[in-house]
Amino acid sequence: MSRPADETLSLVVEREMPFPPEKLWRALTQPHLIEEWLMKNDFRPVVGHRFNLERTPRPDVNIVIDCEVRIVEPNKTLSYTWAAYGLESVVTWTLSPTGAGTRLRMEQSGFKPDQKQAYQGARHGWQQFFANLERILARSD
Amino acid sequence: MPASHDALFRSLADPTRRAIFERLCREGEQTVGTLTAQSGVSQPAVSKHLGVLKQAGLVRDRHEGRQTHYSAQLGALAPLIDWTSQMTRFWQSRFDDLEDLLKRMDQ
Repeated sequence: MSRPADETLSLVVEREMPFPPEKLWRALTQPHLIEEWLMKNDFRPVVGHRFNLERTPRPDVNIVIDCEVRIVEPNKTLSYTWAAYGLESVVTWTLSPTGAGTRLRMEQSGFKPDQKQAYQGARHGWQQFFANLERILARSD
Repeated sequence: MPASHDALFRSLADPTRRAIFERLCREGEQTVGTLTAQSGVSQPAVSKHLGVLKQAGLVRDRHEGRQTHYSAQLGALAPLIDWTSQMTRFWQSRFDDLEDLLKRMDQ
């Protein structure tokens, strides 16, 4: 077997939005807009920029996520690392124009910084695993 | 994420180990010998993988004569399934808020 020894977890959420990619891009990259749908932040669309996402859902709970910008391709791809609670992951937004608007895809993949290559090959393994698991669980009910 | 989740993620991160676990889920209880015959790795390697899975609570062993039988413990996966479904719910509600914002924004 030539698959990498260290595989990770990934999840994908996709939605078709009736708006042009340029508009989605603004919502994904302008700090005051990001705050409206995600969290407070000091984001800048500059590769290598480190920022925090922060939320205080209750007075005694403060959530802080450490991020670093990896990819900025205006109106197409935005990717940043996402580290919280011992899980290091990468969040990647992909915008694809459709006839009626934009298909927005968010993929969050767990990874280890020194094993980026393993991370590249990881997604299929986990998706396969969960697909298998779902079938098994469906049968055992 | 609690430490037990780390152990669970780590134990399933290895593809050979995951394949062994998947087989136990799919085909029910198996001996080390049967698992080795179809895994493409040596018996000591299979035993070592089973040891890691056992520590994570993912498999249980049962001794019968000279044979040890292993079976999958699907309940041990609950935290992992919870975590991904929680994260997925988080992102889905962020998508909802994003869509609301887009409706309010100027072109």
